[in-house]
Amino acid sequence: MSNAEKHWEKTRSLLLVTLVIWFVFSIGIFLFAAEMNEVTGPFGYPWTYWFTCQGSLGIFVILCFWFANRQEKIDEEFGFNERGDD
Amino acid sequence: MIKGKFIDNLPKVYGIYTGGFIGFIILMAIGEQMGMSAKAIGVAFVAFTIFIYALIGYLSRTAQADAYYVAGRQVPTVFNGMATAADWMSGASFVAMAGGIYFKGYGYMALLVGWTGGYILVATLLAPYLRKFGCYTVPDFVGTRYGGNLARLCAVIVLTVASFTYVTAQINATGTIASVALDIDFKYAVYIGLISILLCSMLGGMRAVTWTQVAQYIVLIIAYLLPIFWISNKMGAGFFPHFMLADEVARIGELEQQFGFVKNSAADLATVPKGLAGITKAHSAVNATPWAFISLALAMMMGTASLPHVMMRYFTTPSVKAARKSVGWSLFFIFLLYSSAPMLATLSKLSLIDPTLSTGIIGKSFAEVQSIDWFQNWNQANLMFISDFNGNGTLELNEFFMGGKAVVLATPEIAGLPYVISGLVAAGGMAAAMSTADGLILAIANAISHDVYYKMIDPKAETAKRLLVARVLLVVIGFAGATIAAMEIQGILGSVIWAFDFAMSGLFFPLVLGVWWKRANREGAIAGMVLGLGSAIWYLVWVRTGGSGFLGLTQLTFGIFGAGVSFVAMVVVSLMTQEPDKATQKMVDEVRIPTGRTVTGK
Repeated sequence: MSNAEKHWEKTRSLLLVTLVIWFVFSIGIFLFAAEMNEVTGPFGYPWTYWFTCQGSLGIFVILCFWFANRQEKIDEEFGFNERGDD
Repeated sequence: MIKGKFIDNLPKVYGIYTGGFIGFIILMAIGEQMGMSAKAIGVAFVAFTIFIYALIGYLSRTAQADAYYVAGRQVPTVFNGMATAADWMSGASFVAMAGGIYFKGYGYMALLVGWTGGYILVATLLAPYLRKFGCYTVPDFVGTRYGGNLARLCAVIVLTVASFTYVTAQINATGTIASVALDIDFKYAVYIGLISILLCSMLGGMRAVTWTQVAQYIVLIIAYLLPIFWISNKMGAGFFPHFMLADEVARIGELEQQFGFVKNSAADLATVPKGLAGITKAHSAVNATPWAFISLALAMMMGTASLPHVMMRYFTTPSVKAARKSVGWSLFFIFLLYSSAPMLATLSKLSLIDPTLSTGIIGKSFAEVQSIDWFQNWNQANLMFISDFNGNGTLELNEFFMGGKAVVLATPEIAGLPYVISGLVAAGGMAAAMSTADGLILAIANAISHDVYYKMIDPKAETAKRLLVARVLLVVIGFAGATIAAMEIQGILGSVIWAFDFAMSGLFFPLVLGVWWKRANREGAIAGMVLGLGSAIWYLVWVRTGGSGFLGLTQLTFGIFGAGVSFVAMVVVSLMTQEPDKATQKMVDEVRIPTGRTVTGK
């Protein structure tokens, strides 16, 4: 397998992991919205209410940066790193 | 004070700008103390900020294609994040979102999840790859990846349908705010809004829009957050509302129990002015079925990843790596506003309905409520209404009606903040609507000037001529949008959601599969775009004319049906026709590697 193919394979698994986390917090948890809202969560808000106000949104922000860092690591590993111009 | 290149001095330039803006707010506050009228403050805020944007637009003028179309590809990640956030958060997000949450609660908050979660799709599936591609516009990617003018043209059509639907709503919003702040007729205010929008973008294209959007983000985020923190502190609800409003949320639940949701008769409701609503849904309870919530969130997420005016912001970063990081920053800057909207809705609702607070009006006598200054003002502006349905003389929860916009626009006044805050909020709303309108008009004009005119009609055209065509189109599209906006066909929020549905129906799979599926070919992409958009329009018309729909997809979520058709059509037709040629497959391989020259060779 060539370098580029290996790079793409790792990129694809990172995509998969990222999308699974994304799916859980954008769709998965809301299947149980009614039950989850009965329980008190962070800062005293009901869990579902908190997820829709802050939780899911905040997790997406963190996930986005985490993904960017991991992908950069993968790019470096296979010698595809760009000049440090950000 | 400023030496060297503009790009190297960005933090300093925008630091000074922010300081200057805060200075201006303080100046206005002093003016208010010294007896400056409310109207003069409103005019000063809107006029001053528009003047600054126009100045930035003028200073960013350019005669180069690279600067005009992609801001020279040198916008740093954080600043591109701010510009994208302003590009993204429209007049609807700023003015209507807190109101939607106030009235509809949980079911509406699917939009918060959808409009942020979509960025994960942007970051992982598209933005870095389209940046590597090195295209000027989104149809440029479709046209080059799949080859042929027909595919390019289809992409231009989908882009135009979606963006144009969106832009009329934004021009409408600028008109609404300008007409209130400057106290002129809506029909003329729309064109004043349009001219301010064009002043920002015409001379400098993407470069000018980028630097005005950063300036607009700073104004809109200050204008949104300052009143929320102030109100929360004034009410004693907590100095950092986001972490401290649990008691207030619980208290609203208690009051809802105590008052009960009394259903008004149809005859009573007929007397309520159009566009106003009462509180009929619980504030923090789960009031929608899982599928209603999830389908709306999903449609908004896929729509986010298909809207060309957002995607093209990531063409302006210096590298692929920067494009990825920049999505993170965009999402962070959006998060700041979106996570605050539910807090504003909570504070606004509690201050109105809690009888133990001095601002609460429920339980007071009608005569007393009618004598309140702010009630009279907003009642006159057709955004508040009360009516004694049961004739007992006291105001009940079901007898109080308000417009969605009032939550953002009126809450500072209700909570007793000085008028300078209301002027600031008007400037923020204007910034939000203008920045989005600029991005959208530019997306359409660039697609037509670059993809239709330059790539299809006159490939030998010189840069000066191309940019002239681009500018003329900008003005024509702007005026077309304003003309339709002046007719006031569809509400602001409705048209925004439709734009997402149209975009995802036509573009989501042709874009995503273009990167992630080598086998996708021209015939498949064309089928995906045509059948996707076509079926979406058909479904919308069907539901609007009394059709029952299926799978619980409504006129807000019909994009899921369109995108489904698009996906099936694209896969089936691609597999039935010939595999893309070697050159195309090599192109896809190139796109997947972040380093090296862009695919289009720059």
